[in-house]
Amino acid sequence: MKIICVCGLGQGTSLILRMNVENVLKEMGVQADVDHMDVSTASGTQADFIVTNNELAQSLQGHSAKIVLVNNYFDLNEIKESLQEAL
Amino acid sequence: MKFLDKGLISLDYEAQDAADAIRKAGQLLVDSGAAKSRYIDAMLNSYEDKGPYFVLAPHIALPHAKPEDGVNEASVSMLRLKHPIAFGHQKNDPVHLVFALGASSSSEHIALLRRLTTLLSNPSQVEQLRSAATEQDVHDLLAQTQN
Repeated sequence: MKIICVCGLGQGTSLILRMNVENVLKEMGVQADVDHMDVSTASGTQADFIVTNNELAQSLQGHSAKIVLVNNYFDLNEIKESLQEAL
Repeated sequence: MKFLDKGLISLDYEAQDAADAIRKAGQLLVDSGAAKSRYIDAMLNSYEDKGPYFVLAPHIALPHAKPEDGVNEASVSMLRLKHPIAFGHQKNDPVHLVFALGASSSSEHIALLRRLTTLLSNPSQVEQLRSAATEQDVHDLLAQTQN
């Protein structure tokens, strides 16, 4: 399973999201290949799931991956709930 | 690495708008020598081009640009706004705390983001940052929490 965490530049916020997604997946006991990148790279990258926020999800419409929305990047409970629902 | 060091925290700035808040938070990085002034322009361009996606949590914005836009050292500053300001984010407005992130491609960047994520994932610490009376109180909080 491949999961990519996406932000506008692929430098800062997507890496924060990736750290928290990896923590949550570990807690859930889920094995996955997690990566982070900017939104334009993500458009051309194959993945099963894309984790991002509502602001950027619109630019990823049409991507074959399932989009998982997170509003608060620092809320591990929200990230966990969103992933549990999606996976 | 400069993680909310002395001079990188400024409380209760009266910002005119979101761009003004980003500029001031970036100026803290520039004044400390962590970034060149063109990094501020790059952060503002990113906000214009890509929108307010970097408002990552309620009341918290993390403006940044790319390492090649003029970062000297992995760094983060904190600007607290006197009056919270709308950045245009659907869920997380208005912004109260602005953390300008000097993004670097070094391993320090990852260490810095881990510290910041640990700090901001703790709601009671965020509350203390929002209510601290002085910059020194913020430094004391950071020292206590080993952040």
